[in-house]
Amino acid sequence: MDTVFHTLHDFLLHSKNITYILVGGILVGMLLFWLFLSGRDEKKRTF
Amino acid sequence: MPQETAHKNKSIFTPFNVITGIIILGGLIITVLRFTGGLGAVTNLDDNNPWGVWIGFDLLVGVALAAGGYVTSAACYIFGLKRYHSAVRPAILTAFLGYALVVMALHYDVGRPWRLPYPIFLSPGTTSLLYEVALCVFLYLTVLFIEYSPAALEWLGVKRVRNLVVRLTLVLTIFGVILSTLHQSSLGALFMIAPSKLHPLWYSSYLPVFFFVSSIFAGLSMVILEGALAHRFLHDKMDETHLKESKAVALGFGKAASFVMMGYVAIKLIGIAIDNNWHYLATGWGLWFLLELLGFVALPAFIYAVAAREQNLRLVRWSSIIAVLGVVLNRLNISLIAFNWHLPSADRYFPSWMEVAISVFVVTVGIVAYRFICTRMPILYEHPDYQQH
Amino acid sequence: MGISRRQFLGWMSAAGVSVTAGSRAQAASNKTFSGYPGAFGILHDTTRCIGCRKCEEACNRVNGLPVPEQPFDDLTVLSALRRTRTDTFTVVNQFTTSGSERPTYAKTQCNHCLEPACASACFVRALRKVQTGAVIYDASLCVGCRYCMIACPFNIPTYEYNEPLTPRVVKCTMCHPLIEKGELPGCVADCPKEALSFGPRDLMIKLARQRIAKYSDTYIDHIYGEHEMGGTSWLYISGTPFSEIGMREDLGNQTASSFTAGPLAAVPVVVALWPVLLTGIYAISKRKDKIAAEERIDAVARTLADANEEMKTKLAEMKDAMKKEKEAAINLEVKKALEEAAKQAAESQQDDQGIRPDASEEEN
Repeated sequence: MDTVFHTLHDFLLHSKNITYILVGGILVGMLLFWLFLSGRDEKKRTF
Repeated sequence: MPQETAHKNKSIFTPFNVITGIIILGGLIITVLRFTGGLGAVTNLDDNNPWGVWIGFDLLVGVALAAGGYVTSAACYIFGLKRYHSAVRPAILTAFLGYALVVMALHYDVGRPWRLPYPIFLSPGTTSLLYEVALCVFLYLTVLFIEYSPAALEWLGVKRVRNLVVRLTLVLTIFGVILSTLHQSSLGALFMIAPSKLHPLWYSSYLPVFFFVSSIFAGLSMVILEGALAHRFLHDKMDETHLKESKAVALGFGKAASFVMMGYVAIKLIGIAIDNNWHYLATGWGLWFLLELLGFVALPAFIYAVAAREQNLRLVRWSSIIAVLGVVLNRLNISLIAFNWHLPSADRYFPSWMEVAISVFVVTVGIVAYRFICTRMPILYEHPDYQQH
Repeated sequence: MGISRRQFLGWMSAAGVSVTAGSRAQAASNKTFSGYPGAFGILHDTTRCIGCRKCEEACNRVNGLPVPEQPFDDLTVLSALRRTRTDTFTVVNQFTTSGSERPTYAKTQCNHCLEPACASACFVRALRKVQTGAVIYDASLCVGCRYCMIACPFNIPTYEYNEPLTPRVVKCTMCHPLIEKGELPGCVADCPKEALSFGPRDLMIKLARQRIAKYSDTYIDHIYGEHEMGGTSWLYISGTPFSEIGMREDLGNQTASSFTAGPLAAVPVVVALWPVLLTGIYAISKRKDKIAAEERIDAVARTLADANEEMKTKLAEMKDAMKKEKEAAINLEVKKALEEAAKQAAESQQDDQGIRPDASEEEN
């Protein structure tokens, strides 16, 4: 990994790459956390 | 349960089949021309105008009008408005077919359609908003397919899988709203890279917000419109619940759309104020802009409001036509009409008849598929074997 | 379908460890971007251009482009404005300008911007800026979406619309293979009037400034491309206003990337916050429904209880009333019986006294 970004484009490419991967993890993580949060609630009836 | 209709003695050459058959045949011929002669053989695209009706209409308008899926399912499952439940499956079907058709149209427009998976799986250009659009559309099409599948699974009698999928409804709905927010707004953001090419009245740093908000009332209006069409042409496929709820759906959605549209008018005005572009309103382009905003957004919003107050179903349905046309006009303005406004008229773009024919072909395929599915699968009625979903 | 606390914590710590196990990277967040060091630039002095089209010919030869119908020494093509095409990476155009009797000529080609809009727009990284400063195209990745053509403020990229299966985006390459070897780009090498100068970009800017300072009457005091769209590798100096030689002066100095950086930055925030917002609405709506349902049940139960109470009191009242009636009836009967007995006693007394007028009749 470069220590210096010579162009804004290189910087954005790098930061967006990380961001998109992070975002995928956040979606999964949120889902898991919600299941954890409501884990002890009474079972809800399905629609 | 749907009433049985005696089709057995009818010939295959119904007016519907004949007309759609001709369109589809014509479309297939032009398809061959497109892939043997290239884009130049079929379109009026050139180096100054790289995007035409296949992007302006099939992609931009198609995605906006398919927004009824996420809006209706959000209303029913996230906001808990269960009285709109019967509208969910038709809306999801429209959205699923809509996005599938967008992908189909992209196969015509893009130079090497077999490379469409490249940005997602091979070489992501994450600095590009088009990457974001591609990723979200790909994911959302998957979500829509899964949301649509219970209807098909019920038709096929695959009970266990169907029940499993139904339990995913809430998660899928939330994912759907997230993905829709992202790609609806990003389609607007696509044009932010070219401020020198889009007329100042349409170019704004709020383009993503404009596109997202207008997708909401585009979706609401399409649900109203399709409800009217289904009532007229697929009446015998609608069960009691659907028939009973349809008026409340139309009036409720019209009321909601009215309010959202007024909010949209407000942010459009703010957009002009922020960039101090008032003087453009006094030009020819300004008149065109005002026609789009006042005649095709503010006016139907007001008619919706009157219809909601008077509980007038017919008025709501007529207003939905104007509202839908307004969204179409907006997307065409941004991508084709107000785009490249600087260029001399000799260099401006106008679609070739074959481009229009392919667009008509794509829409026709969608209508045929919609009708095919609605007449066989539990979209407008509930399957007797399954509890209410 | 819930997961246990233990499971959740286990997953989260595994994720955390794997992140820290990555390479120890030097945190880089420079605030300014000055381009690749040593990247090349080309200075085009339009006061020296004579419109001979030798640069076009060189470009055609060096890149193996198809020979055009009209030869390059045919200068009648200059009577109409031309733009780049798939067989023409560069064009020279002729302009009649306000200040001078002689026409001005200007060469147009890809400007190899420092922050190229096309590279920013490309969703498959087919266009990239490289160390030499050239913006080059990788046909093996391109999907043919043509967003780069929408993005380019100079309208440079062209497309092979007549290729059915292998259409490419076409534009000037800055003769990248040549300049990597230390040679000059084709157009620069063949210009007979030194209207084109090639070297490190900052040197070209210095050269331009020197020339403008030395001949201040000849040149407009502006280097086009020094800052436009964030700066370009091609730099132009002119004796006539740039807008009169086909160059837009309303593009501004902001890079194309900066126009889309805002919306791009909003994307991850939507992904992170929408789940919270939407699930929250769902939970609140569900709770409202639950409470409404409970209240309904309560109301029904209460109504039932009230009705029961009412019935009970009514029954009790009825019971009371019936009891009273019964008592009254009993009292009446008792009274009657007592009167009967008293009467009978009086009669038997009379019997005993020998007075029995209608005894047989009374016993009936």
